Amino acid sequence: MTTSLRIFFIGGLTAYRGLINWLSPWIFIPSLVVTPIFQILLFVYIGRAAGVGSDEFFVIGNAIQYASIPCIFSMTHAIAGERFQQTLAYLLVSPAGRLPIFLGRGLPVIVSAMFVAAFSLLVAGLIMRIDVPVSAWPAIGLVICVAAFACTGLGLITAAIGLRVRETAVLNNIIFGLLLIFTGANVPLEQMPGWMEAIGNSVPLTHAIEAARDLANGGSLGDVSRLLATEFLIGVAYTVVGYWALLFMEHESRKGASIQIA
Amino acid sequence: MKTLRLIWMGWLFQFKQMRRSSFDSFLAILWPLFFATVAFFMFRQGGDPDALIYAGLGAAVMGIWTATSVAAGSALQRERWYGTLEILVAAPAHFSLILLPIGLATATIGLYCMVTTLLFGRIAFGIELGIQDPAAFAFAVLATLLSIGALGFLIAVAFARYRNAWALGAVSEYPVWLVCGFLVPLSFLPDWARPISWLLAPTWGMRAIRSAADGGSPWAEIGMCVLLGACYVALGVLVTNRVLRAARARASLALT
Repeated sequence: MTTSLRIFFIGGLTAYRGLINWLSPWIFIPSLVVTPIFQILLFVYIGRAAGVGSDEFFVIGNAIQYASIPCIFSMTHAIAGERFQQTLAYLLVSPAGRLPIFLGRGLPVIVSAMFVAAFSLLVAGLIMRIDVPVSAWPAIGLVICVAAFACTGLGLITAAIGLRVRETAVLNNIIFGLLLIFTGANVPLEQMPGWMEAIGNSVPLTHAIEAARDLANGGSLGDVSRLLATEFLIGVAYTVVGYWALLFMEHESRKGASIQIA
Repeated sequence: MKTLRLIWMGWLFQFKQMRRSSFDSFLAILWPLFFATVAFFMFRQGGDPDALIYAGLGAAVMGIWTATSVAAGSALQRERWYGTLEILVAAPAHFSLILLPIGLATATIGLYCMVTTLLFGRIAFGIELGIQDPAAFAFAVLATLLSIGALGFLIAVAFARYRNAWALGAVSEYPVWLVCGFLVPLSFLPDWARPISWLLAPTWGMRAIRSAADGGSPWAEIGMCVLLGACYVALGVLVTNRVLRAARARASLALT
């Protein structure tokens, strides 16, 4: 048990620090600090030009949606990056449990995603002077935490795919783009065709974004508990599928002797 | 003549190479479509058909910048990874003549994005642009393409000393979309942002394209676009000389 916990916490953090080159300030600041602010500004101004939504609607939607960048990119690289470093085979022949190895890498990812979403929300909120009650911030923090967890579950799935495909950057960007459309970050789901709404309701972040908007508009944690529970369950479902997919890909790569093939 | 041939062959080589890269071509085409989709939904929700047409043209041009910003930013780093940077710098041709085609090739990939976005807007959202002056429109697109390519060249040399230049290229994507008025009229932006937009050739290119599509006279805007593009090239050559001199003096070209 102690060993598994060590692998989960210490191993996860070590792998994260070793594999995620985005932690370099030359990448972190432009990609995860500056860009989300500009994405928010872009959609706030498009919203003003189109005459739809409020500034608050776009600030909250895009700040939480941008958490998907660390969730998907970092999670993928925290696992698939082993292949590019030629260390995956050593990792997989070790007797360590797969659960702490894979899920332990998700914890620092969740923390970084929470930072990105919270920082973007705070700074863009100050720039656009949106009015979010101070009392709502702790609850919004919880929503961001659940959103980051749920999206990291999706990141586990992309990490599993990353064990087989070369172009993980392309894949991750596509996932990000789809989340931009389907999570309702900028367009209310009810404005979309039924099939898009159905997809939107089954992906991470959608319910978290709605919950955060409700909280900012004066709702209580109790009012959004259903949304929060749905987001959490979606996260659990994606995490289970992601973990299963990782085990499946490992099994397949052993069978095909293709573990290190990148 | 030799110079033109070098630029032509460099463009052809880089363009073919980028077309084979799923990141530089497939994703570059797809990426602006995600934003265009959201923007089209928003403008349709707003209920103003003219605004939707405005967004349709802007979203199409956005792709040219998308294709250029990241690819040009990482152009030198890519040559470092290939192990060809030192060889290219040591070649008898001026290094800027090797870099300029990279910027132009990235912008040409943007042409695919433009066509795809226009078709997507037409098919998925029923946006009918109705271009009034096709010849002027073609000139405006060409001028925009060349000037964005020139800006890509300037970015490529300006970020030569940074290992992670792609991130600096990528960070310029949203600000340029915003400040150049691709989707949002400049009148919506704060006053201090306007002088910045005047210094960016895509602003004038976008205006020229819109003007040609509406049947107005886009020539003044095309002239500004080309003039700024020429300034970027001149500035890029100066920066190239400075960067190479410093890299040679400090033996830091490889950044190892």
